Amino acid sequence: MNTLIFRTVAPFLTALMALFSIFVLLRGHNEPGGGFIGGLIAVSALAIFGIANGISAVRRALWFHPMAISAFGLFIACLAGLMSAAFGVPFMTGLWVYPVVLGVEIPLSSVMLFDIGVYLVVVGAITSIALALEAGDDT
Amino acid sequence: MEFPFVLLIGLFFAAAVYLMLSKFLVRVLLGVVLLGNGVNLLLFTNGRILRDVPPIIPDGHDVPATLTANPLPQALILTAIVISFSFFAFLLVLVYRAYQDLGTDNGNEMRLAEPEDDPLPPTGY
Amino acid sequence: MAASPTDLSAAFVMTPVPAADWLVVLPPAWCLLAGAVLLMLRKSLRLQALIALPALAVLVVIDGLLLAHVAVNGPVTMVMGRWLPPFGIAFTADLTGVLFALAGAVVAFAGGMHALADIDASGRRYGFYPFLLLLMAGVSGAFLTGDVFNLYVWFEVLLISSFGLITLGSEPRQIDGAIKYAFLNLVATTLFLVTTGYLYGIFGTLNMADIASKAAAGRAELPLMTLATLYLLAFGMKAAAFPVNFWLPASYHTPNIVVSALFAGLLTKVGIYALLRTLVMLFPVEREELSFLIALAGVATMILGALGALGQSDIRRLLGYVVISGIGVMLAGLSLGSPGGIGGAIFYALHSMVVMTALYMAAGLAGRLAGSFDLNRLGGLYTRSALFSALSLVLFFAASGLPPFSGFWPKVMVAKAAIDIGAWWLTAAVFLTGFLTTIALGRVFALAYWRPATQSLPAQTISASALLPLAGLTVLTVVFGLFPEALLSFVQHAEQGLSNPDAYIGSVFPGGK
Repeated sequence: MNTLIFRTVAPFLTALMALFSIFVLLRGHNEPGGGFIGGLIAVSALAIFGIANGISAVRRALWFHPMAISAFGLFIACLAGLMSAAFGVPFMTGLWVYPVVLGVEIPLSSVMLFDIGVYLVVVGAITSIALALEAGDDT
Repeated sequence: MEFPFVLLIGLFFAAAVYLMLSKFLVRVLLGVVLLGNGVNLLLFTNGRILRDVPPIIPDGHDVPATLTANPLPQALILTAIVISFSFFAFLLVLVYRAYQDLGTDNGNEMRLAEPEDDPLPPTGY
Repeated sequence: MAASPTDLSAAFVMTPVPAADWLVVLPPAWCLLAGAVLLMLRKSLRLQALIALPALAVLVVIDGLLLAHVAVNGPVTMVMGRWLPPFGIAFTADLTGVLFALAGAVVAFAGGMHALADIDASGRRYGFYPFLLLLMAGVSGAFLTGDVFNLYVWFEVLLISSFGLITLGSEPRQIDGAIKYAFLNLVATTLFLVTTGYLYGIFGTLNMADIASKAAAGRAELPLMTLATLYLLAFGMKAAAFPVNFWLPASYHTPNIVVSALFAGLLTKVGIYALLRTLVMLFPVEREELSFLIALAGVATMILGALGALGQSDIRRLLGYVVISGIGVMLAGLSLGSPGGIGGAIFYALHSMVVMTALYMAAGLAGRLAGSFDLNRLGGLYTRSALFSALSLVLFFAASGLPPFSGFWPKVMVAKAAIDIGAWWLTAAVFLTGFLTTIALGRVFALAYWRPATQSLPAQTISASALLPLAGLTVLTVVFGLFPEALLSFVQHAEQGLSNPDAYIGSVFPGGK
């Protein structure tokens, strides 16, 4: 498994898959995709990186502890739901803003924030399970 | 259309129950996984199986233009899959730890929590 | 379904949601938020308790405000994302759910405080407080949701957090107990999901209010008996009713004692709540048909639980059997179905949440003071701390159902309701259970507290943060034993709301159906 070719290609593949996972996450609102599937793609990117370079490299690359990442995802997903309290609409109602950046209208919404939260929860939780199974310790 | 699915669900449940009756935890774990899949299929079948278009509302409409497949069972199944997957991951780690710490994957030999020679309470003061 | 000109105007009406309605979703949302923050700060052990305890106190306040709101205005509903019911997921708080949620929050706050002294640094590093908050998210969500599938999701949230709590510390005994707990509870929730699948197939809806009205309308041709029986089995397993109770004594004594206390207070009661919600509110006619079966299971549960308690020498395992025998009393109340029976079951569940948590805490302190949990070795606790012994004695009496403590009234309600329909054997079983439990717990007091120490005791003292929650919960049982009127009227209104869910349905569908 741990050949020279694989080790050389793995970082590029990881970067490409991480980018693709974000693409899938963002197109999820109107087309197939979304936070869950995007998160799974990001986890497989990290898994490839881990197989090639070892677990400690993955932990270094993530910078934060995977559990903290998934907790942050839970936090912003919750906030995305609670934001609607300020507008007098029920929990988790979608709120939209359309700021124009450099002449392009960019639709932003609390739904997207929620989806990003889901993405982070999936990335954090499944990465920590995968790392725990790989390393054999229970962090 | 439902009938073959019903048979399949029955098969899944039978296999799951058979595996869960084993005393070896790995088989029980596989039984739980099969049970989860059987339940997902059951949810799917209970949502009625229709050979229709995906439930997507076209531009400018408030309701779907034609009869569509039922989207709700898919949402339920997705939730159930995520949950059963995370439980499978947890139980896998737990069984592995049990095998490491207790030295067995035989449920009958796991008597640490309920020792066989637990003394009776004192009968006198 | 097809492109018929449906009237969608109602979906576009924007009426601002009153701020008070937010109290309905706030308990689970708040717990999730606080749990997420605690999980992010896992490394800083000092902050954990500093954040978790105020968060749990806020949860108690939120549930208290919600109770006041619901008591005045009747059931309150909020629908997620403004998707009109029955399509959106509805959170509906009625009196039953709020009473359970408030009792759960009080118990969790007491447990979190007790854990200050009892959970050591390694337990906190493995995330006791985050798991506790996430457990409370699951428990509050289960009590307040108005959607059957959503109830399943909250069950799983609390189940996965309880897995985290039960393996805290990862001793071999705990792993042994956790395996039995995890597999059997997973089977129970899967059974719940199976039933929910059938329910969806039959009704085409998952909203409880919608189901309640559709079930009442189409009772003759729908196979509701299957659903009721499957729910009885699934939730009976969660509640540890005989003959599917064997996971409880196999696992409840293994984790850290605070975790046992929280489990004893919260988890089986979620099963009882779900039984009340499904069998009383959704399928009352089917419950009537099943009542003899439920009564038999209840009698077997309470008697075998009490007998099991008599045969144990480890006080933690003994308390596990006391939990089970209490479940039997609630099942007996459920089987009767009369206002006294259901009200008694609700009252007993609230009493049991408080008392069982306090009993496990007392057992933990007794074990720490005497250095053992074994009745053959315990002794001399009275000379160590008279105050602690007095608190324990009150709890023992309360758990046995002796007056003037809170366990007495619900037992009287159930016994009276049983006599009213001539089921003397049910009354006899309730009294016999009380008698046997009194012997079992009285023996614990005689041996562990009153008997002179058989060996030199370790030099341990009780810290104030461990004794305070225990004393607080004990005061609650005394107050509700001496002045039960307030709680009794709440319970009676809760029972009326369950048996006659018109107000519940009206709160979900304000314009009528």
